[in-house]
Amino acid sequence: MNSLYTYLFIAALLFSLGIFGVFQRRSLIGMLIAIELMLNAASINFMAFNRFLAPDPIVGQIYTLFIMGIAAAEAAIALSIIVAVFRRLRSINIERAQELRG
Amino acid sequence: MNSVQSLIQPQFLAQVGFVGIVALTFAGALIAVFPRNILYNVLGLIVCLTGVAGIFVYLGSPFVALMELLIYVGAICISIIFAIMLSRPLHLSLPKRRLPKVGLAMGVGAVVFIALSTIIFRTAWEPALVRSDDWSVTTLGKYLLTRYDLVFEAISLVLLVAILGAIVISGYARRSPS
Repeated sequence: MNSLYTYLFIAALLFSLGIFGVFQRRSLIGMLIAIELMLNAASINFMAFNRFLAPDPIVGQIYTLFIMGIAAAEAAIALSIIVAVFRRLRSINIERAQELRG
Repeated sequence: MNSVQSLIQPQFLAQVGFVGIVALTFAGALIAVFPRNILYNVLGLIVCLTGVAGIFVYLGSPFVALMELLIYVGAICISIIFAIMLSRPLHLSLPKRRLPKVGLAMGVGAVVFIALSTIIFRTAWEPALVRSDDWSVTTLGKYLLTRYDLVFEAISLVLLVAILGAIVISGYARRSPS
């Protein structure tokens, strides 16, 4: 339980689940949820390296906090875009949002 | 009697708790990815993020775990639920899932997972030679206001711009005729 490999393995599994979700979903909100999973996998990696390898165990925590801030900004922008797309197309299916298609 | 006492050893309890938290995380992640009803996905995401917060506790930082609960579960998941309520009505029939697409996505995920775990187990991770053991929140706050001050301010600015941008985007969408 208390080794670096366990945590890295958990993070890798979470990240692959996120990638699977992004490719498999067609609803924009589902893709956003999968992206949140991937960001969390990255946070777990930072915290694990921070716990087992880093010279200064504060830096990894600060980095994780920054990831959370960026994720909050990203979620706000993405959700407002989703609401705008829905008002325009009456759908959040990614395959209907192809007005820019050449 | 002896076996009961060995069962309530703190070491053993910590092991059981860790396995439970990891199981919770992956159960939540599976619920977040697989069901077609979008509301189940958000509830799964909440369960998964709670599990990740528990993993952060095991990694020695209750502060970051609380921040995870506060920001992810308290803010991001709630705003996702708001976006769901503002967009597609839930009672409409869901689009059918196409099997080839799911298969391809599973293949991509498996390839990424195999590549990542190969890298993880092939690399010889070396801990730093000198490691300080100062984990306190006091030091974290000191670092945030001294060495990482610029990044901290930049994050605040990014958040402000993101919130203003979100308001502007959804506001313009309302005014423009569709």
